[in-house]
Amino acid sequence: MDRAATLDPEVLRRDFPILHQEVHGKPLVYLDNAATTQKPQSVIDALVHYYEHDNANVHRGVHELSQRATNDYEDARVVVRNFLGAAASEEIIYTRGTTESINLVTASWGRANVGTGDEVLISAMEHHSNIVPWQLLCEEKDAKLKVVPINDGGEFLFDEYEKLLSDRTKIVAVNHVSNALGSINPVREIIKLAHERGALALIDGAQAVAHMEVDVQALDCDFYAFSSHKIFGPTGVGILYGKQALLEAMPPCEGGGDMIKYVTFEKTVYNDLPYKFEAGTPNIADAIGLGAALHYVNEVGLEAIGAYEEELLAYATERVTAIEGVTLIGTARSKASVLSFNLDPVHPHDLGTVLDSEGVAIRAGHHCAQPVMDRFGVVATARASFAFYNTRAEVDQLVAALHKAREMLA
Amino acid sequence: MSDLRGLYQELIIDHSKKPRNFGSMDDANCTADGFNPLCGDKLKLFLKIEDDVIKDVKFIGAGCAISTASASVMTGLLKGQTIEQAESLFETFHYMVTGPKDPQGVGTGLGKLAVFAGVSEFPARVKCATLAWHTLKNAISGKSEAVSTE
Repeated sequence: MDRAATLDPEVLRRDFPILHQEVHGKPLVYLDNAATTQKPQSVIDALVHYYEHDNANVHRGVHELSQRATNDYEDARVVVRNFLGAAASEEIIYTRGTTESINLVTASWGRANVGTGDEVLISAMEHHSNIVPWQLLCEEKDAKLKVVPINDGGEFLFDEYEKLLSDRTKIVAVNHVSNALGSINPVREIIKLAHERGALALIDGAQAVAHMEVDVQALDCDFYAFSSHKIFGPTGVGILYGKQALLEAMPPCEGGGDMIKYVTFEKTVYNDLPYKFEAGTPNIADAIGLGAALHYVNEVGLEAIGAYEEELLAYATERVTAIEGVTLIGTARSKASVLSFNLDPVHPHDLGTVLDSEGVAIRAGHHCAQPVMDRFGVVATARASFAFYNTRAEVDQLVAALHKAREMLA
Repeated sequence: MSDLRGLYQELIIDHSKKPRNFGSMDDANCTADGFNPLCGDKLKLFLKIEDDVIKDVKFIGAGCAISTASASVMTGLLKGQTIEQAESLFETFHYMVTGPKDPQGVGTGLGKLAVFAGVSEFPARVKCATLAWHTLKNAISGKSEAVSTE
């Protein structure tokens, strides 16, 4: 049986109240999932339930509500641990999102381990959040940031990567899936080679987790980062996974409450993992919401999601490229849920406005990946990005809106 | 959202497809670069200013229909204007696309500029329309500073 057939988007759409509305008098077609995903009712309910019944600070009170909040907050951590296949809950650090997760690594591990003349390796298809933190670190430490090039299809050039790795390479930081191009990177092989050369590997999983199964132990990555809001959870919370031994050895990033065991003016003893990296009152409600989102994704099943989205992307690619003037940006053999394109001579911004008037929400711009735009010689692209609740009928609406834009502006 | 035709008026589409005063200028004595980091639109403005009068103005750059048309219309209007008049046009334009609605007649007396009044209904596009004008402001404020140093 066709695996994709096990997923019925029309049934799943009922779980997402936001999708059932009209925008500018047209049914909403939400194709901006790489920017942020919509939330199922179960996630919204989890947030409401928490604030209506359980709200209290965690790890402090002896009272019932504090106990409930703590339990739910920590239960969500276990859900994340299982979702990523991590060896222990201590390896799961709550952050504000992927960006903060990467910054935590550069500020804590980076400052302690990267020195003058050392090298950090990233790829040419990174989001700004996996470029700038490393630049800041390299500037501070007088280290060198090296960039693995990509080919015209937007694929990671493994041979070049192999050449760029040196005995000065301390860490390799690449995205699992490119937000601007949709390319799926061969992270397992990238990590393996990094380790053979004595370097660590950080994977930016922001665009991957909602589309494919991730097992951090099978990947053997040292750090893995993702954001809740890109996997149907609330904004404002994200995850840094790190191997326990690494996290143990890393100095804390922020000081404050909750990250300490014992404080005197002379000496502070830091708390155990994961609390050492969670100073201050955390984002309790949204962490619980993330747990609910991962429950939801587990119920639907990532294997079915991946298979369905692969078919939907193939359909969208075929239909959109059939339009006169369309050029795809990002044609990697292995892609996930992102269709980045230009419709000559219409500028992506104008395209975005015309599509919006037809109820179709896409992203137009540089996708926080300006070096990628430079690589392909464009200032911006239009990007339709899919989730499992998108349908072929919605792709047809996108195509109709693109024809309208051409009529109007080409 | 109001009607798309209110935004993409014929004059705007015409100027975006065939921008006037497009190209660089070798003998410009005042230039400025404009950049919209949100969308990546880039624009370079060239001015030839003599005795506080804009004798010639051109632009190059890559942008959307709104920003290209805005630069095209703006450069057409600027020729022969004094710096003071140009500054006043900037204020008028800026108010028209960002200010409160004027039901008595948006853009009255603005001539060609009035076609951009529809932009105020599309907040996400205001920056596109004002890019050329902000670049102009940078260019001439640099210029007037240079000449007015006491």
